[in-house]
Amino acid sequence: MKNTNRIHNLFQTKKKNILSIFFTAGFPEISNTVAILKELQNSGVDIVEIGIPFSDPIADGPVIQQSNQRALENGMTLNLLFEQLKDIRKEIKIPILLMGYINPVYQMGIENFLKKCSDIGIDGVIIPDLPPEIYEEQYKTFFKQANIANVFLITPKTSSERITYLDSLSEGFIYLVSSSGTTGKDAQFHEKEYLRIRSMNLRNSLLIGFGISNYASFQKACHSADGAIVGSAFIKALQKERPIEQITPFINSLLKPQTVTG
Amino acid sequence: MNHTANSKGFYGNFGGAFIPEMLFPNIDELKRVYLQTINEPSFQKELKVLLNDFVGRPSPLYYSRNLSEKHSANIYLKREDLNHTGAHKINNTLGQILLAKRLGKKRIIAETGAGQHGVATATVCALMNMECIVYMGKVDTERQMPNVERMKLLGATVVPVTSGSQTLKDATNEAIRDWINNPENTHYIIGSVVGPHPYPEIVTLFQAVISKEIKEQVKEKTGKEYPDYVIACVGGGSNAAGAFYHFIDTDVKLIAVEAAGLGLQSGKSAATTALGQPGILHGSKTLLMQTEDGQVVEPHSISAGLDYPGIGPLHAHLFETGKAKFLYVTDEEAINAGLELTRTEGIIPALESAHALSALNQLTFKKDDIVVINLSGRGDKDMLTYLEHYKNI
Repeated sequence: MKNTNRIHNLFQTKKKNILSIFFTAGFPEISNTVAILKELQNSGVDIVEIGIPFSDPIADGPVIQQSNQRALENGMTLNLLFEQLKDIRKEIKIPILLMGYINPVYQMGIENFLKKCSDIGIDGVIIPDLPPEIYEEQYKTFFKQANIANVFLITPKTSSERITYLDSLSEGFIYLVSSSGTTGKDAQFHEKEYLRIRSMNLRNSLLIGFGISNYASFQKACHSADGAIVGSAFIKALQKERPIEQITPFINSLLKPQTVTG
Repeated sequence: MNHTANSKGFYGNFGGAFIPEMLFPNIDELKRVYLQTINEPSFQKELKVLLNDFVGRPSPLYYSRNLSEKHSANIYLKREDLNHTGAHKINNTLGQILLAKRLGKKRIIAETGAGQHGVATATVCALMNMECIVYMGKVDTERQMPNVERMKLLGATVVPVTSGSQTLKDATNEAIRDWINNPENTHYIIGSVVGPHPYPEIVTLFQAVISKEIKEQVKEKTGKEYPDYVIACVGGGSNAAGAFYHFIDTDVKLIAVEAAGLGLQSGKSAATTALGQPGILHGSKTLLMQTEDGQVVEPHSISAGLDYPGIGPLHAHLFETGKAKFLYVTDEEAINAGLELTRTEGIIPALESAHALSALNQLTFKKDDIVVINLSGRGDKDMLTYLEHYKNI
């Protein structure tokens, strides 16, 4: 059975309103990883993306930057993350992706990294600063051998020609960045560009990320794509006291319109 | 040997453009137009006039009698310290602002460590009437206050960066983030031969005027086609790239000098080729000071301009192939070399350039060797550091 089937199966069985949640490994506490995963699964999240912390996260806004810094101060490393996730498939059935910058992966060695992913049951990887040309030339074979999906990013500004190219390389889904910017800024919905992208009939499903923070923006994203990814807003929820207890109410606030309570 | 980047931006094993997709349109635009634009006769003409009349080029090649006697060779100083704004940095910012103008950009961003590149950027923005935003680590804004004031006086906005270690690498991260968020109207004037392709190549081409002049001046002064040695300090490596460029394919011995800080094994050093491993930072694959887990390590040097955890991919390639020899100079050795030049030649060098000067003590020359040291900048900005040291001796 292919690992990547978890992602493929999900998109086969659920056609819309897919919710993917991003969090940084090692934040707020180093020991939170598994507890966060369990709570996310229980609260009805479809996919999780676990961030590998990095000292220089150039595509991220202040919220995720600070979570990276805190995670590193807490002592999180890629090796430790793999150790924490060793038995994760006994309990977590939803697709898991690892997301991070290329350098920590490069230091571990791409083959070694992918083997560890495969052994644990990680379904996919998102490496924003791994360009598709390099992936195709040097990395693709290893991803295929390990049967790990590599998800590429596109933006509303990406040309149709390049989207076709990225769609041909991407596995699992395509990560559509809401507007060209760093994470955590309010999404500006480029409906016209989304329409252009939708009308290309890509082989991959589309999830919109960056700036999705509440019920309204989640709905809006789901209107233009197959679902959405929430990162910074979730990290903010985890900054509060008793972070694990914040998870289910936060997910509910994304999935259901909020009623004013007295 | 191939010393220009290939079509994918690699110098041998190093370079490339490891950028998130959000930056692709910016980098792609730059990649498509930079060579053609820079080579246009009207561009070359405008740049040359400004380099001559605004910067004061060609910078002199000065025969240093005292250093020559001491080291038993013919030692020349390439006086980049005499450029407008006091360092080689302006060669690049002037070229890039003309490039930005031709790209139709209205807004300029830059990163700076010590503030030299920030001042050089603010200067050309004032000249060209462009909006200028300079990112500078908060720690650096505090220790380099006079340069912060200079930039503000020139009309630039200086943004103190509070992320990470609050120094040059974080200022670079923040400038890249700004560019991701303002892709259309903004040009990023990067200050060294680092960053994603085509930046290392662009900055090298604009700094190459240094070696072009050295070659002409050596011929004029000595009758020889080439010097025997060219010595330059390397932080990111823009002055060295410029001083080496026209000699890479020759037998000229290229000496790159990195900051050893408190010593190579002290844990407080910026000697990337001695302590680094291949890695990816700020969009290119290069040698990088990092932990086993791939986290970038904060370097140390008394000279803020050498305080960078990587080196340009061209230099990583010159190191790997042995084409350039890399030497390491400590904080103390650099200060002493700077004070020596001050007292024997009446030239106060920047602490960066003082590293290159100190490397003379690690080399043995033949009597008729012609040795050129790139004196990349003047030491006005380093007065406090010099005075502190001077008081203690």
